Amino acid sequence: MLRRTLLATAALGLGLAFGGAAMAQDKTKACWVYVGPIGDLGWSYQHHQGLLAVQVAYGDKVETAYQENVPEGADAERVLTQMALSGCDIIFTTSFGYMDATNAVAAKFPNVKFEHATGFKREHPNVSTYNARFYEGRAVMGTIAGRMTKSNKIGYIGSFPIPEVIQGINSSYIHAKKVNPDVTMSVVWAYTWFDPAKEADAAKALIEQGVDVILAHTDSTAPLAEAAKTPGVIGFGQASDMLDYAPSPRVSSIVDNWAPYYVKQVGAVLDGTWAQTDTWAGIGDGEVQIGAITEAVPAEVKAEAEALAAKIASGEYHPFTGPLNKQDGSVWLADGVVANDGELAGLNFYVEGITGDIPK
Amino acid sequence: MFGSIDPTFLIASLMVAAVPIMLAAIGELVVEKAGVLNLGVEGMMIIGAVVGFVTAVQTGSPTLGFLGGALGGACLSLMFAALTQVLLANQVATGLALTLFGLGLSSLIGQSYVGVRPPLMGDVPFGPLADLPWVGRILFQHDPLVYVSIGVVALVWAVLKYSRAGLILRAVGESHDAAHALGYKVRRIRVLAILFGGAMAGMGGAYLSLVRVPQWVDGITAGAGWIALAIVVFASWKPWRVLMGAYLFGGITVLQLNLQAAGSRIPVEYLSMSPYVITILVLVIMSSGRGRAALNAPAALGQNFHASR
Repeated sequence: MLRRTLLATAALGLGLAFGGAAMAQDKTKACWVYVGPIGDLGWSYQHHQGLLAVQVAYGDKVETAYQENVPEGADAERVLTQMALSGCDIIFTTSFGYMDATNAVAAKFPNVKFEHATGFKREHPNVSTYNARFYEGRAVMGTIAGRMTKSNKIGYIGSFPIPEVIQGINSSYIHAKKVNPDVTMSVVWAYTWFDPAKEADAAKALIEQGVDVILAHTDSTAPLAEAAKTPGVIGFGQASDMLDYAPSPRVSSIVDNWAPYYVKQVGAVLDGTWAQTDTWAGIGDGEVQIGAITEAVPAEVKAEAEALAAKIASGEYHPFTGPLNKQDGSVWLADGVVANDGELAGLNFYVEGITGDIPK
Repeated sequence: MFGSIDPTFLIASLMVAAVPIMLAAIGELVVEKAGVLNLGVEGMMIIGAVVGFVTAVQTGSPTLGFLGGALGGACLSLMFAALTQVLLANQVATGLALTLFGLGLSSLIGQSYVGVRPPLMGDVPFGPLADLPWVGRILFQHDPLVYVSIGVVALVWAVLKYSRAGLILRAVGESHDAAHALGYKVRRIRVLAILFGGAMAGMGGAYLSLVRVPQWVDGITAGAGWIALAIVVFASWKPWRVLMGAYLFGGITVLQLNLQAAGSRIPVEYLSMSPYVITILVLVIMSSGRGRAALNAPAALGQNFHASR
């Protein structure tokens, strides 16, 4: 317990002397695998901020390493093996597509801890998973989108049809519909996490269809750059704050704040208390943050969005609360029933009102 | 089935989507017409993208940015020219190396420019023409590079078909020994063609980073250079077909996203693969029956030349 307290102190940046005392030991090595470049200013950038926070928190006691632009697939397994061989004690794999590679490599290196972001497979005792409840942020964005749209058309750029993205689409739609019953949503699947030209094209296609609010579930700032070309079109920062595009088109953002989790898990490796976990934290835990809502949004809409965020944070409200129907009209959640985590983690259908099919 | 797509918007945006691959492809066409196979288009494009971006940010002028991009692409192609024309290295291997080198170098140059917003290029002011119904939106509301790219295609076509320079270039590409025997400087002509190809690829790349996306990120070309190479074959080395090919390819890419946005009932997987399927189909149809000659490939394509032979 005392050790924990000391580590917490170190995390506040006051633990330099403590760090010096541990110099004699071998350094603990923490490694990260990114799906895009750090310079995407979105998803991978935010994970890298977490790495930097770990470095600040533990100073000399921890050595960090990372690799950018690692494709999801066979290459990931090669990179992970390389990292494990190079002495990494804990490896964070920061994209859904690394799921099988992470588990496969974890089987070969039982002494190395693996942490897989946004996945659900923990086939070995040295694999943990962690995720953020992005859908909580999406609920707030959906509310703003529903209030702000003039054409009553909002667009969503999906990356891959996986539960995390489908949660985001459903959550945005439910909350936009709640404040604006006339709203319709168009979904475009880009089939990529990071391809600025394609993301820009997808945004453009949506705008040409009359969409004036764009939500993106891809990693770059390209959809915002595209929205900036057409007056009256707004969007949101995704994963990172993307303040370069404030006050418009970026009117707010969902910020992934991984730093506290990374500091905690690397700390657990340092003091030998690391154990397999499955973490899913949201607005209330500070892992999902709502970026500042700019003056482009009317004050009452801003207040409404902030109130919703506060209610979600306190646990008073869950974004998936019944009555909710599935797309085909059958009942999903009865009045007042809240979706459980298991159901959400495997979510594979749209809620009633969204048109189109989810690609299989 | 097709939802509610406005064809004017579709045509206008496919014209924009086609610009980078069209510029790169028309440059590569000239290179291949001179008998040189430069597979480094992707590398030259991305160098053009980053150099153009840096130039535009530093000078504040997108026009200078495009010139910078062209210069950057030409500089990289000069390396290819030195290796293949002077040192007689294998063209395929050198071209592939050029792509890898370009990708790495661009990432290095661009490091401190990530997240910077470039100066934007406005549309060409056509005045009242732009307000014409239908035609105005399709033809008269674009940035200058859309017109430049079409102009370049027309120019290349005219030069190759009607001028003496074009005739010499084609002679070099068909039989460098014969051209050499007639007293033409095979090596010099090829180096100039390679430089032109590099400049066009660089300008196409700069269009991506300055207009289409507009920002700098690693790997921004995302395979556009390879598509440009395919278009040259697809076009059977004819300039106007390059334009057609680029519009077809740009068009399908835009169309599949538009179909999704418009709520089409066609499954996404079919839409996503359609550009590639259509390319394969066209290549099969074009090369069936009449053999390689029908493809119209320059006879000396990919062969190195040395005057001593």
